[in-house]
Amino acid sequence: MLAVEDLTVAFPSRFGIFRAIEDITLAIAPGEIHGLVGESGAGKSTIGAAIIGLLQPPGHVERGAMRLGETDLRALTPNQAHEIRGKRISMIFQDPQTSLNPLMTIEDQLIETILAHEDITADAARDRAVGILEEIGIRDARTRIRAYPHQFSGGMRQRVVIALAICTNPELVIADEPTTALDVAVQSQVLDLIRRLADDRGIGFLLITHDIGVIARITDRVTVLRAGAVMETGETAAVLGRPAHDYTRALMAAVPPLDRRVERFLVPGDSARGGAASETAARWLLDGDAGPPLGLSVEEVSVQFAGPRTSFLKKPDVFQALDRVSFAVAPGKVTGLVGESGSGKSTIAKVIAGLVRPVSGRLALGGEPLPEGRARPRRHPSRRLIQMIFQDPFSSLNARHRIGDILAEPLWLYGLEPRAEKRRALAAAMLDLVGMEPDAIDKYPHQFSGGQRQRIAVARALLARPRFLICDEPTSALDVSIQAQVLNLLKDLQARFGLSMLFITHNLAVVRQMADDLVVMRQGRIVDGGETERLFRDPASDYTRELIELTPVARF
Amino acid sequence: MWAFIKRSEPLWLFVHSPAAIIAAILALTIICGAAFAPWIALNNPYDLASFSLMDGLLPPVWQEGGRAPFWLGTDDQGRDMISSILYGARLSLMIGLAAMAIATVLGVGLGLAAGYIGGRFDAVVMRIADVQLALPAILTALLIDGIARGVLPTDVQQEFRVVVLTLAIALSLWVNFARTARASTFVEMNKDYVQAAMIQGQHPLRVMFIHILPNILGPLLVIMTVDLASAILLEATLSFLGIGLPADSPSLGTLIRIGMQFLLSGEWWILWVPSIFLVLLVVSINILGDFLRDVFNPRLR
Repeated sequence: MLAVEDLTVAFPSRFGIFRAIEDITLAIAPGEIHGLVGESGAGKSTIGAAIIGLLQPPGHVERGAMRLGETDLRALTPNQAHEIRGKRISMIFQDPQTSLNPLMTIEDQLIETILAHEDITADAARDRAVGILEEIGIRDARTRIRAYPHQFSGGMRQRVVIALAICTNPELVIADEPTTALDVAVQSQVLDLIRRLADDRGIGFLLITHDIGVIARITDRVTVLRAGAVMETGETAAVLGRPAHDYTRALMAAVPPLDRRVERFLVPGDSARGGAASETAARWLLDGDAGPPLGLSVEEVSVQFAGPRTSFLKKPDVFQALDRVSFAVAPGKVTGLVGESGSGKSTIAKVIAGLVRPVSGRLALGGEPLPEGRARPRRHPSRRLIQMIFQDPFSSLNARHRIGDILAEPLWLYGLEPRAEKRRALAAAMLDLVGMEPDAIDKYPHQFSGGQRQRIAVARALLARPRFLICDEPTSALDVSIQAQVLNLLKDLQARFGLSMLFITHNLAVVRQMADDLVVMRQGRIVDGGETERLFRDPASDYTRELIELTPVARF
Repeated sequence: MWAFIKRSEPLWLFVHSPAAIIAAILALTIICGAAFAPWIALNNPYDLASFSLMDGLLPPVWQEGGRAPFWLGTDDQGRDMISSILYGARLSLMIGLAAMAIATVLGVGLGLAAGYIGGRFDAVVMRIADVQLALPAILTALLIDGIARGVLPTDVQQEFRVVVLTLAIALSLWVNFARTARASTFVEMNKDYVQAAMIQGQHPLRVMFIHILPNILGPLLVIMTVDLASAILLEATLSFLGIGLPADSPSLGTLIRIGMQFLLSGEWWILWVPSIFLVLLVVSINILGDFLRDVFNPRLR
C-alpha cells in the first residue's frame, strides 16, 4: 500500500547540505504495523514528516519515490497534498496535551475533520464520530463527546487523538511516539487499541518509537534506523530475535532486560578508561572519605502542596503529595524508587535534598537527624554529603559556565581544595574517571551530547566527595545505548566508592539492573517494598504485579 | 577565535539583515559625532567667541542664501545647526545612557531578587512597580523636578538639572527591567542547574548573580536597547516642555523647543533639522533593539 523507495531528505543550511535520511526504502501493507526504531537523530520523525508532506522548511525531498496505492505522493500539488492529509494519511503525535484544541469540544473537532474531507451532513458526521469513540473504548460516547479535551485523562485524550486520526477512514496512520508520554498501564491499553484497529480496519500503521519493548509488543515488521540510513528491516521477531546487523545487536544488548539482572551492559566503545588521571581522581575520592558508607532513613514524611484556590475567601485546598512515607536506604546500597507520574517520586528527592519542607516526618543521614527544608543551614555537612543527579542533562548544567568552572565549583564551595590550579587538575582527572576527554574542561555544555552532559553531571556530583547520591531519572532522557553506558558508570562508581544511592525511575527494567532494594510508590503512598529480586519474582501487591506485567519487553 | 566569530549566529543574522546594518551605521555615526563633537564641530554653542551674529539665520545650502560651511543653516545667533545638534546629542545621549544604566541596575537587581525570594518581597516590589507604571513618566519627572526645586537651594539647582533629569527618567524606566528580570528568573529557577546550586547550599547572592543572571541577559539586552531610545525621547520631551535642560545647555529637546519659535517666521530648518535628527537616532536604536529581539527569540525567526 505504502511504498517508499530511495527516499532522501535534505536540509540545506549555511554550513552545507545536511541529509537527515538517505536512500530509505520501506513498504507497509494494509493492516500492518510497521515499526521504525532508532536513537535520537536517526531520522525517524523525518521519514514520517516526508510521507505526510509536512517537512519543516528548508527541508525537502531530494530524491526517491513515495507511493500510496496508485498515488505518487511526490507529484502532488500543495492542494492535492492537503486533500490527502487527514483523508488518506493521518498522524498521531506524542503529546495528547497539545495535539487537541483545548477550546473546542471533542465533538466539534471530530465533526470538523470528517466534514473537511467528506460531503455528508453534520448529523451523519456526528453519528460516525460517536461510533468511532465507542469503537476506541470511550464509554457513554454520546454524552462524553460534548466534553472538552481537559475533561479527559491522559490516556483517554490519546484515544481521542487516535479517533481523530481514523475518523476519515485513512489507509495509513503515522504514529510518532504515541505512548512515550503515557504511564505503562495506559500505554498498554493504547497499544492494544492500535493493534485492534490495524486488525479490524486494515489500517496500515507506521509506528515511530525509540522503545524496543513497544516494537516487540505490537509491530509486524520493523525497520532499524541509524544516522538516517536503514540498518536492518524485516519481520519483527526475526530482526529482534536474530539480529543480523551489528548495530541491531548492540541496540538489543543495551536494552535493560526486565526478567533478569545483568551485572554490566555490553556497550561498544565502553572500554573502561584507565588513564593515570582517572587514578588520581579515584585516589582523591577514596582518601577523603572518612568512615563507613552512610545510610538514610525517611520516617513518616508527609508533604502537602497548596491546591487550586476555589474561593477568594477560603484557603486553597491542600494536595497531599506524600502521605506518611517511610523507607530506608541501607549504607552502601542502592534503593530503587519506582512509580508512575504523579506518584511523588521526585517530591521525595526534593525533601531529601532540602528543597521541599515536609509538614511532618523525620529524616536521618547515617543516624544523625537531618534538618528539613529551609531549616537546613547552608553550611550543614549534608549539603556536601548528599549530591543529586538530575533527569535532564540539558538543564542541569549552567549553559553560561565552562565545564571547568562547573566542576571546580563544589571543590571551592566546600573548601575541599584551596588552590585554583589543583581544583582544575582534579576536575580534569574526574572527567577522565567518568569517561570524558580532559580537554572538555574549557568547553561549554552545549558542545556536548546528552550522554556526555550526564557524565559531566556525575563528575560534578563526585567532586563534592559525596556519600549519598540521589539519581532522579538519570537516564530517561537518554538513548538506550547511552543509557547503558551511564548505568554502567553509575554501577561502577557506586560499588567502587561505597556510595549509598537513591535511584528514582519509572522504568522497571532499569531499576532491576540498578537497585538492591526497591520501593514502589503510588499517589504519594508506598505500596510495596523489599529486596529487588524478591519483589520481581514475587510481588506482594497487585499494583506491583500489574506494573511488571504491563511493561513492554523485548523478549525472544 | 576568528573562526568562532565567523560561525556565530548573531553575526550571520546581522550580515543578512540590511535594516540592522543601516541602523547600526546610522546610530554609530551619530554616537561618534556626538562623542567627538568638540573636535569636529564648526563652533561651540557654549562659547560666544566661536560664532558670529553675522552668520545668523542662514538657510541650508541648497536653499537660496545658504552657504558653506553651514550645510544645514544657522540659528538666529549665528550658531551652526550641525554643531548645535552634535553638542545637543552629546547631552541627550549622556543622559539617556546614564538613565538606562541606573534603571538597569535598579530594575534587574529588584526583579532578580523578587523572582528568587518570591513571596511577600516579590508582592511588594511588584506592587510598587505597578504603581510606578500607573504614573506617566512625565509626571514622575515633574514630581522629582518639583521636589528638587523645593529642596535644593537656587544656586545649585542649575548644576543639578542634569542629575535630576537623569534620575527622573531612570525611575520611570526601571519597571521594564524589573518585570522582565523577574519573569526570566522564574523560568530559570525551575531549571535543574539552579536547583543543583541551591541543594549544594550556595549563597543566594551567588546563585542570583553568578548562576541566574548570565542566563537571563538576552532579553535584558533587548530592553536596554529599546529603553535607551525611550530615555532619549523622554529627555527630549521633558526639555521640550521646559522642565528639562535650560536653553544655555541645549539638548536635542531644548533645540526643538527653541526651533518652534521660528516655525511661523519661515526659518523652518531651526525646528526641522534637530527634529529629523532625533527621529533618525531613535528609529535606528529601535531597529537595533528589534534585531536583538529576533536574535534572542528563535521562534520569531
